Amino acid sequence: MFSALANPARFMAFSRWAAPILGVIAAGLIGGGLWLGLNAPPDYQQGETVKIMFIHVPAAWVAMLAYACLGGASFISLVFRHALADAAAKAVAPLGAAFTGVALVTGSLWGRPMWGAWWVWGDARLVSVLVLFLLFLGYMALRASIDDEAKGARAAEILALVGLINLPIIKYSVEWWNTLHQGESIMRAGGSALAPVYLTPLLLVGAGYGAAFGALWLERIRAEVWRRRATSLALRAALA
Amino acid sequence: MSLEALSAGKYAAYIWPAYAISLLGFAWMIIDTLVRARRWKRKADQLGGEREL
Repeated sequence: MFSALANPARFMAFSRWAAPILGVIAAGLIGGGLWLGLNAPPDYQQGETVKIMFIHVPAAWVAMLAYACLGGASFISLVFRHALADAAAKAVAPLGAAFTGVALVTGSLWGRPMWGAWWVWGDARLVSVLVLFLLFLGYMALRASIDDEAKGARAAEILALVGLINLPIIKYSVEWWNTLHQGESIMRAGGSALAPVYLTPLLLVGAGYGAAFGALWLERIRAEVWRRRATSLALRAALA
Repeated sequence: MSLEALSAGKYAAYIWPAYAISLLGFAWMIIDTLVRARRWKRKADQLGGEREL
């Protein structure tokens, strides 16, 4: 499927209907999940603040997914010199930064009533997610700072590949170090520690965030394909 | 949804700003993406790129 979509014309034909369908699926999943989540009973330890989990955790999941996509697209672009992979890498960075920013701010708003602090510099999970945010910003800044678009893309893609090391650090930070952030409670050996009344809405909203990310990413790649087409046609017209 | 579910008690000052930030984040992503896509599609179409895709 991916090799078939590597052709820009085929990708544009596919994404034309796939993006809006994913958008509708996302709206349904997020709406349904939040409905269930907001009507869930208060947690015995965290009280009503558990409601923040339904928007904070999916944002953090998608932030990491976005970086994995950035790394994968950068690798394909660097190794195979594929223009569509480069467009995909460029298109995903702002979305990743936005989801990471949302995860950081909502996490801070959750941490204040639970830990008594907005931010803890000594917490490995918090700092590694901040590094993720800075990696997205650094990728975009590096691309934008070099006039030669191809050279800027190469430099930024190398940075994206180096930054992949941060993903396992985020994932295992709560196991490798003592952190204020709670440990793994969903994808862990022995099953989820969350009661179904919280797990179901969380997974629904998580799937919805994933679908929304997919829809937005496809649309941004389409925009980048059109931008490159317009730039190349304008150049051709100027030289004619 | 009951009003009780929306009140969120003493933690409302943390919960609803978190939802507002998430909503703003989504609003920015959707608007920026659609504006960008429409702008470049229009430009490519004007230059004749539609036929080539």
